[in-house]
Amino acid sequence: MDDQRLETIIGELLRAGVLLAAAVVLAGGVLYLVGDHSRHVDYKVFVPGPEPLRTLPGIVKLAASLNAEGLIQFGLVLLIATPVARVILALAGFQLERDRMYVVVSLIVLAVLVFSLMRAT
Amino acid sequence: MTALEFTLVVWVISALAGFLGALTGLGGGVVVVPVLTLALGVDIKYAIGASLVSVIATSSGAAAAYVREGFSNIRIGMLLEIATTIGAVIGAYLAGVTSTHVIAIVFGVVLIQAAYQSVFKAAPEGARPIESDRLGRFFRLGSDYPLEGHRQNYGVRNVPAGFGLMFGAGALSGLLGIGSGAVKVIAMDQAMKIPFKVSTTTSNFMIGVTAAASAGVYLNRGYIDPAVAMPVMLGVLSGAVLGTRVLVRARVKTLRLVFGFVILALAIEMVINGAMGRI
Repeated sequence: MDDQRLETIIGELLRAGVLLAAAVVLAGGVLYLVGDHSRHVDYKVFVPGPEPLRTLPGIVKLAASLNAEGLIQFGLVLLIATPVARVILALAGFQLERDRMYVVVSLIVLAVLVFSLMRAT
Repeated sequence: MTALEFTLVVWVISALAGFLGALTGLGGGVVVVPVLTLALGVDIKYAIGASLVSVIATSSGAAAAYVREGFSNIRIGMLLEIATTIGAVIGAYLAGVTSTHVIAIVFGVVLIQAAYQSVFKAAPEGARPIESDRLGRFFRLGSDYPLEGHRQNYGVRNVPAGFGLMFGAGALSGLLGIGSGAVKVIAMDQAMKIPFKVSTTTSNFMIGVTAAASAGVYLNRGYIDPAVAMPVMLGVLSGAVLGTRVLVRARVKTLRLVFGFVILALAIEMVINGAMGRI
């Protein structure tokens, strides 16, 4: 496997992930507009949304019950996961190529990502 | 404004932002944040949250197309992501202790200089080094890219300078919720002497990973609101798909000009907003 082939696979995977995320966000968006289209909205003052929409377990639970905002957030979480998957796939590819230097480089990037995502939860 | 009107207006703005973001390697966020805050009066925190989402959508959505054309360089991207992700984590920490409008003004001034160089002092494509320097060879960063029907080899220089700039790009991303693709392109194009199209596409490939490093924090703080982020993400994605198609056909000189004016506009927005305490 050469770099070009590896990059193509990663690129296609990213696109599939983004399309899936977009489909989920769109479904949530349609549900949201069906219910709330004529409601007046104002985002002038920041108020943190309800706690379940801000944590991973809460989002999964709301999305499973087909809550509109929960579905949108779940789609966005899928989107956030695509770059993380890209690093994991690149790591696997470098391992297949037995490219030790870039296996280590990818591991460092992955460690930083996991560290910061863990800090957030 | 009703929810339906808001959704439609934000979708159109975001589609434009995604188009420019993919075309220039900047990411959609730099256009989304000022327009949402200035034109629609959306609180900067919602705008920054939606911006971060748009940055990831632009990056991941356009990656497949760039890769197929053979422009982006995964080794350069991965090596420099060490700097951008660590920078993003530190930037997120710094966000709590530094006034962001001071940083916005400094960033704006740096970008005005970069815009000037991009438009007026562009090195012609032919002047790019074929050979890498010592560190460039050590990390095997040199590669080739399609140019006028053949594969053109290129070398990579000044890795430490590029790495340092990338650390700054990551810190700004964590601090301001942007992809900071502008600084990434400058680091690769101007410091590391990487061909412009390779720089913009590799930058586009990198900004998603950088943004993901701060996305968890943003989600947890409630900056990512579903009703704001939904039209932004869907709009940016549509625009990015179109922007990618134009990039492959566009000439480098035109790209530099577009890039220069986009970052100049961004710089002025940053300075004005910073001075008025809005960022």
